[in-house]
Amino acid sequence: MTAPSDAGARHVSLRSGVYADSVKLMQVSRDIGARDGVTAVLVAMATPLNLELARNMGLAPDGDVSPDQLLIAVKAADDDVLAAAVAAVDAALSARERSSTTADAIPARTIGAGLDALPTDGSALAIVSVPGQYAVAEAADAIAAGRSVLVFSDGVPVEHEVALKRAAHDAGVLVMGPDCGTAIVSGVALGFANVVRPGPVGLVAASGTGAQQVSCLLDMAGVGVSHVLGVGGRDLSEAVGGLATLDALAALDADAATERVLLVSKPPAPSVAAAVSEAAAQLSVPVRSAALSPQTPDLTAAVEALLDDMGVAVPEWPSRPGDGVAAAPGAVLKGLYSGGTLADETMLLAAPALGDIRSNTPLRPELHLGTDLSAAGHVVIDFGDDALTVGRAHPMIDPTLRLEALEGVAAGNEPAVLLMDVVLGYGADADPAASLVPALAAARAASATPLPVVVALVGTENDPQGWSRQADALAAAGAAVFSSNAAATRYALDLLGAVR
Amino acid sequence: MTLADLLSAPPAIVAAGVDVFSDALRAQGAEVYDVDWRPPGFGDPAELAALALDPRRAAANRTAVERIMAAGSQLVDVRPAREVLGLPDRMLLHAGPPIAWADASGPLRGALIGACLFEGWADTAEEAERILAAGEITLDPCHHHRAVGPMAGVTSPSMWMWCLQDPVHGGQAFSNLNEGLGKVLRMGAYNDEVITRLRWMRDVLGPVLAKAVRGPVDAGADPVDVKSILAQMLQMGDEGHNRNRAGSLMALRELSPAIVAVEGVPSSDIAAVLEFAGGNEHFFLNLGMPTAKLAMDSARGIPGSSMVTVMARNGTEFGIQTAGTGDRWFTGPANTPVGLFLGDYGPEDANPDIGDSAIMETYGVGGFTMAAAPAIVRFVGGSVPDALATTERMYQLTLAENPAMQVPILGFRGSPTGIDVLKVARSGWLPQINTGMAGRVAGTGQVGAGLVQPPQQCFEQALRALAEETRAA
Repeated sequence: MTAPSDAGARHVSLRSGVYADSVKLMQVSRDIGARDGVTAVLVAMATPLNLELARNMGLAPDGDVSPDQLLIAVKAADDDVLAAAVAAVDAALSARERSSTTADAIPARTIGAGLDALPTDGSALAIVSVPGQYAVAEAADAIAAGRSVLVFSDGVPVEHEVALKRAAHDAGVLVMGPDCGTAIVSGVALGFANVVRPGPVGLVAASGTGAQQVSCLLDMAGVGVSHVLGVGGRDLSEAVGGLATLDALAALDADAATERVLLVSKPPAPSVAAAVSEAAAQLSVPVRSAALSPQTPDLTAAVEALLDDMGVAVPEWPSRPGDGVAAAPGAVLKGLYSGGTLADETMLLAAPALGDIRSNTPLRPELHLGTDLSAAGHVVIDFGDDALTVGRAHPMIDPTLRLEALEGVAAGNEPAVLLMDVVLGYGADADPAASLVPALAAARAASATPLPVVVALVGTENDPQGWSRQADALAAAGAAVFSSNAAATRYALDLLGAVR
Repeated sequence: MTLADLLSAPPAIVAAGVDVFSDALRAQGAEVYDVDWRPPGFGDPAELAALALDPRRAAANRTAVERIMAAGSQLVDVRPAREVLGLPDRMLLHAGPPIAWADASGPLRGALIGACLFEGWADTAEEAERILAAGEITLDPCHHHRAVGPMAGVTSPSMWMWCLQDPVHGGQAFSNLNEGLGKVLRMGAYNDEVITRLRWMRDVLGPVLAKAVRGPVDAGADPVDVKSILAQMLQMGDEGHNRNRAGSLMALRELSPAIVAVEGVPSSDIAAVLEFAGGNEHFFLNLGMPTAKLAMDSARGIPGSSMVTVMARNGTEFGIQTAGTGDRWFTGPANTPVGLFLGDYGPEDANPDIGDSAIMETYGVGGFTMAAAPAIVRFVGGSVPDALATTERMYQLTLAENPAMQVPILGFRGSPTGIDVLKVARSGWLPQINTGMAGRVAGTGQVGAGLVQPPQQCFEQALRALAEETRAA
C-alpha cells in the first residue's frame, strides 16, 4: 500500500451480500496491487479497522457503511488500468480453486457431469453408446454444454434425432449419429475407424462402413483425410432432411485443413439430395457425392473419380488371389456382411447380373428375408443391421452370428460362392482372421460342393490388425481377398458367371 | 466452443457407454474421460427424453437458479403470526405437505396439542386431542403462508415470527422463534416446561426482539443481512441445518447492541433474552430457513424448469414442489433418519422424517454442504470422507454452484445449488438431508440426529408431471 496521493484514478465501492475470508481478500489485494499502474488497493470487509486503513490511503467510502459489506478500493495511474484492476478483483473473487481432495472419488454419472469436470477452454467431444432409449438425455447434455456429440447408440426415435440436430444447429455444434459408427476428428479415430494418413479430403458420411471403405482406399492411394464426420444413417432421409449433413458440410468448408469433400451415403431421399447438392454448390470447397444408387453403385469408382479430380494416379488396389476353386454348376451368391453400406453396394452391383437378391435389408421390400435369414437363391445378409444387434455386440466385434450363418451355408445343399466383408481398424475384432480362418476351413470341408470364398478386406496397413497380415492369413485359407468391395463383388460375379 | 473449434485440435473425449471405444481412443493417446453411466434410477425413458429435449428447459432452469442465487435476505421485523400472517384463531400451521389429524405422526400431534394448550384453546391434552380430532382446528402447511418451521413446524397465532425480506425480488418469508433443544414443541413435547417457555417467548423474548430489530430499522439503519451470516457460517464449521453454532453467535452479535438498548424492559429480562439466545445453538436456524425460503420462492412459477423449489416433511409424508409445476405437491412416505441417538433412545424411538428445514438442502446448504462442517459429521453418524463425498455427489444433482455459499475444503467451491429432478432421475442419487430426529411418541421430544433422503416417489411423480407439462406446452 502506498502513501496517499491525488494523482491518477480512484475506485471505491461497497458490496453487500458478498463474504470472503480475510486471507482470501488479502491475497486478492496483493495480486491486484502487483499489477502495473495500480498504486494502491484495499479489498476487505468494511470493518472499522479496514475503513481506517482506507482513509489513510485516501480511499474512504462515502455514506453509511456496515461491517458486513465488502469494500473495494483501488487507485491507479489511469482509468483504463483502474477498470482492468476492478474487473480483476471481481474475477479473483468469483474464481474458485479446483480441489483434488475427493474430485476423483465421485465419478461423473452423466455426460453433463463428465463435461463439467473438463477444463472449459479445450476442444472436447462426447461419445454416447448407452442403450438407445437413454441416449437422448446424454446427447442433450453435450449440446447444452456447447459440445459436439457422437451418438453410436441405435434405436433412437427419429423425432428425437430431429430435435437433437435442431438444438445442435442452434448451439453451433454437431450431432454425429444416432447410429453413427465411424468418425475421425482432427486425427482422433472414434468408434469403428481406420488408421489413415492426415490429408486434404474431408468426408461427410451417412454410412459408417462406406466411410471406412472410402478412407482406406484413399489412404492406399496416398491421399489422407482431414476429418470424417459421420452424420448417422437416417440423416439424408425425408424426416431428418440432412440437418447434420448440411452443418458438417459448412464446418468442413470453413476448415483450413479440408480442400475437398466427399459425401458418402446410402441412397438419399430425392428431395434431401437436391437440397444438399444445392447447399454444396454454394460452398467454396468442391464437394463430390459418393451416394450409392442403382446408377452410381460403386464406392471405389467414386474414390477413383475423386483421385482424378486431384490429379492423383489411381493405384492398383491391393488384393490376394485365392486358391482358384471354381464354383459348382448352379451356384448362387451368399453374401454375409457386417457393414450395411458394403452389403448395399454388393446388391446394387450384383442385381443387374443376378436378378433378385433376398436380404434382411433388401433393395425392394418384397425381397425381405424371414426372421430365420435363410432362403434359396441369391442372398445378402447385413449382420450389422439394428434388428440383429439388439442385445448383442456389432458383428465387427462379435463374429458369432455370422460364423453360425457361414456354417449354415456349408450345411445347405445349395452350391454357392461365399462373399464376405472383414472390416479392420479401431473398435473392430483384434484379429478377425483368427476366428474366420478355421470357420472357413470347416465350412469348405463340410460343403458338398466346392465353395469359393471371396473377402472384401477393408482396412489399412497401419490398422492395429494390419491389412497385409489379415489378407495373407485369409488367402492362405483359400479366400480371394480384395481391398475394394466393388472389386470383390465383381470377382464373385465372375465366378458365378463362369458357371451360368 | 463451436464446431470450428472441434475441427481445429484433437478433442478430449467424454464417453458414456461401451468400453471398447474408450480403449481404442486411449490406444491412440487421446485424452478420455469415462462416465460411470448407468440406467436412470427411475423414470420412463420417454419422459426423460421429453424433458431432456424440452427447448425451454435450459433457459428456464438458468432463470430459476440465477434467481435463487441473486436473492437476498434482510431481517426487517419480528411480529406475531396473527398480525403478520393474518393467522386466525383456531388455525395452526405445520411443516411439510398438507395433512389431516388422523394421519399425523406422534411428534406432529404432540406439537399441535401443545399449541392448543399454549393458545388456551384447550385446558388439557385430552381436550386438545378431542378438538383436533373433531376438526375444530384448521391445519395448513407453513409453506402455504410463505412460512417455514423446523421439525413439526407448528405455528400458532400468538407466536412471534422473524420477518425477512428479499431486497432483490421483494419477497417476504417468515419463521417462528427457535425454542432450543431437548423437550421442545417442535419435537412434539408439550409438558408444562414447554408451555411455560412458549409463554415466556410470547411475553418477553418476542417483544424484546421486535424492538431490537425494528428500532434500528425504523431509525434508518440497514437491516441485518442474514444471507451474509449464512455465507460466513459455512466458513466457520456450520452447514446451516444441523449445525448453526457460528451463525447463532453471529446473529446474536448483530442483535445484542440493540437488545441491550431496548427501553422499558427490566434488565433481568434483557439478560434472560441474551442468555436464551446465546445458549441456543439453533437460534439461527429459524433465520436461515426463511432466508432459503425467500430464495426458493423467487424461483416459483417458471414454466419448463425442472428445479425443485420445496422439500418438506410433515412426519408422515415427504413433499416436494418444482419451479415448473407451481404449488402442486408431489408426496411419498417419509423415511426414518439414520444416525446417532441421545441417551437411551434408539432407532425404534425415531419418528419418520419431519420439518420444513429441508428448505436448507433445497437451497444448497445443510446436507449439501456437509463438507463445510466436519465437526458435525460424526454426530449424524458419518465420517469426514463421507461428508466430502456427499457434497461432491450433490454437485451432480444440481444446476449451479452458488458463489456466495462457499465450501472452504473444496477450494472454496460454491455450494451445489438448484436440485434438478431430471438429474436426480439420471444419476440415481437422491438429495442428502441432515436432520434432527423427533421421538415417535407424542410428548417425547428430540431423540437424536442423522441423515435421511427423500422417498424416490416424490421425484417420480414430479418427473411425470413435468413431462406431461412439457408435452402439453
